[in-house]
Formats: sequence, structure tokens, C-alpha cells
Amino acid sequence: MSVLSRRAFVQGVAGSALLAGGTRWSSARAAISGAVLSGTDFELTIGALPVNYTGRPRIATAVNGQVPAPLLRWREGDTVTLRVTNRLPVPSSIHWHGILLPASMDGVPGLSFPGISPGETFVYRFPVLQSGTYWYHAHSGFQDQTGLYGPIVIEPRAPARQRTERDYTILLSDWSDSDPEHLYATLKRQSDYYNHGQRTVADFLGEVRSKGWSTAASDWSMWGRMRMDPSDLVDVSGAAYSYLMNGAPPAGNWTAQFSPGESVRLRFINGSAMSFFDTRIPGLDLTVVAADGQDIEPVTVEEFRLAPGEVLDVIVRPRSGDAYTIFAQSMDRSGFARGTLSPRAGLSAQVPALDARPLLAMTDMGMGMNMTGMNMTMANMPRPASYGPGADMVVDMPRTDLDDPGVGLRQNGRRILTYADLHTTGGALDPRDASREIELHLTGHMERFMWSFNGEKFSQSAPLQLTYGERVRFVLINDTMMTHPIHLHGQWSEVMAQDGRFQVRKHTVVVQPAQRLSYLVTAGAPGRWAYHCHLTYHMAAGMFREVRVQA
Amino acid sequence: MNAARFAMTGAILALMLPLSCRSAAPPADAMPDMSEQAMSTVMGMDDRAAIGKVMLDQLELEGGSGGTALAWDGQAWYGTDYDKVWVKTEGSPNAADRDASSNELLWDHVLTRWWDLQTGARYDLGDGPARGWAAVGVQGLAPYWFDVEATLYLGEAGRAAARFKVEHDLLITQRLIVQPEIETNLYSKSDAAREVSSGLSDMQLGLRVRYEIRRELAPYAGVAWRRTPGAGQDTHSLLWVAGFHVWF
Repeated sequence: MSVLSRRAFVQGVAGSALLAGGTRWSSARAAISGAVLSGTDFELTIGALPVNYTGRPRIATAVNGQVPAPLLRWREGDTVTLRVTNRLPVPSSIHWHGILLPASMDGVPGLSFPGISPGETFVYRFPVLQSGTYWYHAHSGFQDQTGLYGPIVIEPRAPARQRTERDYTILLSDWSDSDPEHLYATLKRQSDYYNHGQRTVADFLGEVRSKGWSTAASDWSMWGRMRMDPSDLVDVSGAAYSYLMNGAPPAGNWTAQFSPGESVRLRFINGSAMSFFDTRIPGLDLTVVAADGQDIEPVTVEEFRLAPGEVLDVIVRPRSGDAYTIFAQSMDRSGFARGTLSPRAGLSAQVPALDARPLLAMTDMGMGMNMTGMNMTMANMPRPASYGPGADMVVDMPRTDLDDPGVGLRQNGRRILTYADLHTTGGALDPRDASREIELHLTGHMERFMWSFNGEKFSQSAPLQLTYGERVRFVLINDTMMTHPIHLHGQWSEVMAQDGRFQVRKHTVVVQPAQRLSYLVTAGAPGRWAYHCHLTYHMAAGMFREVRVQA
Repeated sequence: MNAARFAMTGAILALMLPLSCRSAAPPADAMPDMSEQAMSTVMGMDDRAAIGKVMLDQLELEGGSGGTALAWDGQAWYGTDYDKVWVKTEGSPNAADRDASSNELLWDHVLTRWWDLQTGARYDLGDGPARGWAAVGVQGLAPYWFDVEATLYLGEAGRAAARFKVEHDLLITQRLIVQPEIETNLYSKSDAAREVSSGLSDMQLGLRVRYEIRRELAPYAGVAWRRTPGAGQDTHSLLWVAGFHVWF
């Protein structure tokens, strides 16, 4: 057990988040609770910061000495100026995630600008054309993994549709004491290194007991033939990560206050590198009012999954004087981030146990049918198209359902948010239908840890060319067993329902395993834009394209 | 409600307007095209970066009726997703006094989803005169998670040889892993100087149980059955083995 707990995820040092020295305690507190900068002119300084989340001192990448970076409050219609100075010994950058702006202000080195060299200051300046919750993060190397992420809240010109008495941003992230370069190289050396929930002989015997020999054997045989692992949910788990809520590990218990009867707006941002969070507040209904910064028709759920890059605004109305736990468990149940909604300082509520670790299902391979049926179908199927050695599988019959909550959340007894529940108010921004279609397969190879679009890594690919002003349908088919959040810079992705009608406007679109999903993009901003999976190590491995909008 | 929605849509479209009013030409300050190398440098992100791994799959003492000896089986690679340099070395005690080793230097190129082509050279040392070989083979992952190596060798004086290796990991727990392994060597000609007989020259079956203290470090123990050619008569030996599985 002692050995197990060593590999189990670290809940962190209570109240630790920053700094060893007791003299800095007050500044550490400020950093955890999060400084707020508002107005039109901002001075941001990127620099190294000593932190200690697990009992071991490490160096994080901070903005103005804080992890997460300060909350930036803008006003719709203002022009903001952000002077960003790089005090790191390496180049850096800041990308404004989900913000419509000129390409040169987007902050992606190599596409928008050359990056910010050590000691230099870059001045970002752009009009703020939208409102809602967004975030910002580094787009250089793995600096987003080491702490360079922060929330943005843009106040609307018109009065907010949903008025609340309290308003908090909740930025979830994953921290590793290991150097991200080392994490990445480790995944290349042994891709299941961080997966400590693989199926064992005992699991097989258990399945034989519960399902019978033939069912258990044919299930194992099917996964074995494909050389796939149904326990392969995430690439980096709680074995390497501590999960943070606004920079506090679970033991740090980030706390937000309320008075009973008040409505509280919680702006959830997943700023993590590799972690999906299944989030709930036991005892409270969650009324989701905005997705990726855009207002939606309010929908009430008990739990939602948030992918890296995604944003959800949630309103809760705690009536009693009790404390409530904000519980965000990682998709593979290897750890959690946790905080508290409390009527008074110092209260905390029970922290739920982690759910049982799920396994991928037939649905996640585009095989919704029973096993005997599947074998026949496989035999009769034409040979699938191939995307080369960098793609270990191709889904023959992708599913198009938007109402699947995803692996680990199906039939868990709670009401789970799905994309089918998200209806952006006001409909699509552009009423036109698409004039053409771009089909992209999300491809990868688990064993080789290769990730790509259509089997082509970024270095092997040519830019996707869009003509300024045109409306294009992007069709994404996930040919992998992992869930990928796909983020297009500079323009909205307007997700379509199965019946072809407008569903939801997003900047980061989650495609589940074996899912086929489409969204319309109006090429509204000329220039060179990044388009990638928001799982940092997938992006680094090549799941990245340039989108070029030209006249 | 409809009127409100209409007004909302109008407002949003109005906000989109500044974008659509911008010149259709790419902005003057657009980044120029740059080489892949330059691009990966400024991004700090290179999907062609070379990575390396060193593995000592087996570093063990083995014992039986003939006493105890040290044996090893190690590999190392360095390179990109598509092309790597591989080094393989294995050595085991033999009938002669000196240990014999087989050492390979290979270029590994991705062939298909699951299989790599490996070509290069093998050099056998110890236990008689050294022998050099040209090597060509495949290495990959067969269905049901079997790691497979199959290599053909062409040597001097018209000698040919083949080596076939399969291993599999069976998880008892997340840390306790049973690894069955089989390795055989075939030769087209006898090589008396190295005590190699033609045909199925030698064969080893192994069963090792390792405990992963961490992924990179696992002590193990097990048994191996080995058939080796002798002077006119094959020998069979059953050995205990104990050692470390290490990589970094």
C-alpha cells in the first residue's frame, strides 16, 4: 500500500501553492485567490516563480509572479493594450484563447509573430469585439504546462442576461513536478507509462465470473487483435499530476464565499495541458448559462465534463448555510481538483470518493452493437482506408450522436451535460450554409505516441487554405480512442446538430472516440492561424495544422 | 422573444462587422513563411525531434548444473518517429570458457502501422573466431500484444542465419508482470569453430516475473530452458535466472 500511495496522485501541501519561505505567505495567498487586473492598459511580465505544490520545490512559469496568471477584466467595445515583457531565459508568448482579433495579435510564434525574446516587450493591441469568459496561455514550448495560464472576463456592453450576486472564475489545471520535456519523451519511450489502471489477469478472471467465459474471452481477444487498450483514457495521469483549482492543490482547498440564497456565477476554465475534468458540486444543481464565452439557453445539470481549452459558465443558488465541495475528478479517476463554496471562511464539506475507473466501450470504437454482431460486421466490411503508419486504427462507422456524455459518465445516475444540451442564444452568426467541406480525420498511434490530422503531422502537412469571407464545413472524424479538444484560432466553430441545424458556437470542439462531428466556420479574419488539438503533448507530437485565410 | 433574438443576432453581426470591413488582403505584418526548422525553433515545438531510449531488458545471473554466469540482453535506440538507429547486444555463457556475444547496429524505419524494417550489421564476438553478418529483419507488435523480432543474416562464405524472438507481458497486478519469452537461432551451415550446428542451432524459453518498483527499474526472477549444440550432441539445460530490467 505504501508503494501504491507513492504512485497515487499527490493531493498537495495544505495551503502550499506557492513558495517555501514564510515571509512570502501573504503574497502566496494573493496568488491563490487570484489578482484581478481591469481596464484597457495592462502590464504583464512573464517570469520564473518558485512553487511547491507537492512538498518538492519546483519552478513554474508565472505572469506578474502568479500561477494562475492574473484575471484580466475587459469591457466589450474597448480597445485593450497589453504590454507583455518576457523575463524568462527562453522565448515566450501569450495567446488569447477564443478572442477574435487580428492575426498579428494572436500570439502564436511562427504564425502571428516571432514570439517574445528574453528581455523583450511585445505590445498586443486590439479591439474587444465580444463578451464572456475566456482565458490566455503561453503558446511556446510547454510553458502552458508549467503555469502560464490565466482567466479573462469580458463585461458585455448590454446588461448581462444572467445577473448574479457573486462571480468567480475557477481555473482548473494539471501540475507536474517533472519537466514537461521529460513527460513528452517518456510518452514516446513508453506510451502507457502513466497508465496504472491497465487490465490484469485478475480483471480477466473477474469478467469471466461476471460475464461468462466466452463473453470475457471474446472481449479480451477483440482488444488484443486490435492491439488496443480499453484502459487508455488519458496519456498523463495522477501518477504525474497534481490537479489544481485556481492554483491550489486539493489539500489547499480553494474557497469561494457566498451568503445563503445568493446566486453565484462560477466561470469554469480548463487550463490544463492533458486533463479532462468531470465536475460537480454535490447538493447543488448547476445551471449552465454560457459555453466558450457565448450565452446559451440555460440548462440545468448535475455534472459536466470540461476538456482542456473549454470554458463553461455555471450558476448555482446555494440556499442553506452549508459548505459545498466543488469536485473535479480527472477522466481516468486518477485524481481530482477540489475547492469549496462556503458561507463562512474555514468551512469545508465532505469530498466525494473518486468514481470507479471506467473502460472504453464498443461505442468508443464506433461499434454500438453486440459482440457477435460485431464480428460478422467486421468480416463483411471493406478494407478501411489507411492513414499510414502514424494511425493505428480507422473507424469504419463513426457515430454522430451529440448526446453521449462520454466514457465514464454514461449511466452514472447523474444528469450530465452533453453537446446536445448546448444551444447558443440567437443562432448562428452567419446564416449561410457552407459552400464547401473540409474533412479531417483525427489520427494517432497509441504505441508510437504519434498524433496527427489525416495521418500527417504538422511538419508533414500543408496549410488548410480558406478564402476570406467563405463559409466552410469542417467535418472531423475521430479515428482514435482518445477524446480530442480541437481548437481553431481567430474564428468561431459553429457546431451543427445531427439534423444539420445550428447547435452551439465554440472555440474548442470536443470530438469523442469514433465520433463524426461537423461545424461551420466563416473565414472572417485574414492571416495565418493555428488549428490544433488542445492536449499539449498531442499538439507537440504533430496534431496541429496551419489555417490560412486569404483573399 | 423573437424580436429579442433578432436584436441579439443583429448586435452580434454588427460586432462582427469590424472584422469583415478589414482589408481582404493579408495584413502587412503577417509572418513570412519560414523553414520547418525555423518554425519549430520559434514555436518551441518540434514533431520531428529525436528521442532516445536505453534498455537492459535482461541483466541477470543464471545458474544450473554448470555453475552461475552473467548474461545480458540490451537494446538502445535514438531517432525520430520514422527513423531510428538501433543497437542490440546480447550475450550468454557458452560451453567454452569465454562469453559469446551478438552485437547489432541497425537502421530502423517505420514500415506499416505495427512493423518496422531493420537493416544493418551483426558482429559475433567470443567463443571462436568473430563473425560478421549483414542483417535485415522486421520488428513490431503482433496481434494480442506480442513483441516480435525476426531477422535474417548473411555472412561470409555463404553462411546464412535467422533469429526469431517473441515476448509478451502479462499483468498479474499493475506492478507484478510475467514475461514469457522465446528465442531461436537458425544457421544454414555448421560452424565448428563457434560450436554452431546447422539447422535449429539453439533455442531458449524463458519465464520471468518482474516487479516494477518503478517502470524503469524492475528486479525479476524466473526460469529458462535452453537447448545448445554441443560436440555432436545437443545439451539441454534448465536454469534459474535473476536480475534487473532497467531502462531510461
